[in-house]
Amino acid sequence: MAEIREAPSMEAVPRDLVQAVVVHELRKEFKVPDRKKGRFGRKTRVALDGVSFTLERGETVAILGQNGSGKSTLVRLLSTLLLPDGGSASIFGNDVVADARAVRRLVNRVSVEASFFKKMSSAENLGYAARYYGMTASQTKDLIPEILERVGFPRDRRDESMENLSRGMQQKVALARALLTSPVLLLLDEPTTGLDPRSKLEVQDFIREIRTNHDSTILLCTHDLVEAETLAERVGILDRGRLLALEPADDLKRRYGCGTLEEAFFSATGRAFEAEGDEDDEDDDREVFA
Amino acid sequence: MRALVSTMRAELVGAGGVVERNYYLTKRYIWWDVAWFLWTVANTLTIVFIAKGIEASGGNLDVNRTMTTLLIGAVVWAYLGILFEFLMETVAWERWEGTIEYTFMAPLSRAMHLAGQGVFAIAYGLLRATFLFCVCAFLFFDLTMPNAQFFPAFVVLLVSSVSFIGIGMMMSVLPLISPEKGTQLGFVAQGTLLVVSGVYYPVEVLPQWMQWIATISPATYALDGIREAILEGQGLTAMWDELLPLMIIGVVSIPLGLWVFSRGEQYAKKHGKLKRSG
Repeated sequence: MAEIREAPSMEAVPRDLVQAVVVHELRKEFKVPDRKKGRFGRKTRVALDGVSFTLERGETVAILGQNGSGKSTLVRLLSTLLLPDGGSASIFGNDVVADARAVRRLVNRVSVEASFFKKMSSAENLGYAARYYGMTASQTKDLIPEILERVGFPRDRRDESMENLSRGMQQKVALARALLTSPVLLLLDEPTTGLDPRSKLEVQDFIREIRTNHDSTILLCTHDLVEAETLAERVGILDRGRLLALEPADDLKRRYGCGTLEEAFFSATGRAFEAEGDEDDEDDDREVFA
Repeated sequence: MRALVSTMRAELVGAGGVVERNYYLTKRYIWWDVAWFLWTVANTLTIVFIAKGIEASGGNLDVNRTMTTLLIGAVVWAYLGILFEFLMETVAWERWEGTIEYTFMAPLSRAMHLAGQGVFAIAYGLLRATFLFCVCAFLFFDLTMPNAQFFPAFVVLLVSSVSFIGIGMMMSVLPLISPEKGTQLGFVAQGTLLVVSGVYYPVEVLPQWMQWIATISPATYALDGIREAILEGQGLTAMWDELLPLMIIGVVSIPLGLWVFSRGEQYAKKHGKLKRSG
């Protein structure tokens, strides 16, 4: 099986830099409709409320949280897609606001929706996306088939439109797209949500492989308690925009005197894990244009 | 120096990626494009037939010249439509497909991103406009243009495209700050630009305030220049009255367009609009 090549973006990161992500008192709020105040009424909804944490280089950290807890907002802030309202975040010493372009060279992500041009094939989608990172056609000619093969994407379906592929297949291509640019920080925002059990296991196996063989730091936001416990070295609990804890799963269980991560989550938040928020935060954390 | 060359190279490759993506999309949606082209031909014919209609109802006019004048207006309208459509799609189509976040978090500068969109739009638009002109002029109407200078007309259209791209950049910010209404507002802007630019009539027939706006519209100079080249047989050297204002508007509109887009992007990042659902 082909090895993933050394990341070009790694050249930009000094070897002795051990802190991959430093987040300090990060705050984000949105104006959302408030029907009590009439048709154009709005209220402020705090999506992230003074979140602070550090990720070491090469570490895999999972953030657990219900829908609307602020997971996607955190990922989007680290991806430079949102501007914070307070606090700071830096990726390998680059501030996500002041050094946004440097951050973009180091980061890639996989979100819950695969997000491709659906009429285009996987090879075409990966090809143009790689160009945005400065990779020429000659550089990706062999690399794209290599990476697709590595994620277990069938060779004979490379030229098929994305719309004809299953969700699991699309998510594999999304992983391939993220890896193609060799990110030093990989942001995984519910990458296995909605996948069938087999696809879910395949994607998780691949994340495990990246963790083992590639010098990437991984931030995994997930609903899946087992996924968090098995893939991550530390697990964080994010609830209503506040990071309540971030430590190894066993320490979390010990701290709350629980036998399972689910019970620990319940103790930390005072709510059962299944008691979902009203809306997915992908839809909830934006202002309404009026 | 090496770092600068490397960055420039990466930026050019990135802009090439935008062109590549649009090429793939055009290839995949080719039948939609064929249907759209047929609609444009029909629309152009309805406009050009007006000249024959006036003659048939007793009007006294040079039918061949009037038809050519109207045809040029219709072709420029269609061309502008393609340019603006591609630039508006910078945001609108990406939002629809869900790729917007991936594109905007890539390390490609916005200037080169929009330049890639513009280059493809111009190449594709020129091809479509040339085809539209030929189909209508020679297949349907058998128009005669004994003095026509097509190369200068082509150059005028190309030079005016720079200004159109600058204006298109400003308009493409609309779907970014207003996901629900932005695209429609873009069509309004396109129509307004052509109304004041004498698309089917001389600018002189417009109210004075519209004529003032016409002086800063690149479409005014583009239409004048193309008509002079095709109807009067003017060469490039006699067209500085059109080319110079077009160059000046182009030099101003591109940086202005980038600045407006950048402000819109900051607003979208502040308010959480840079996402698939809007």
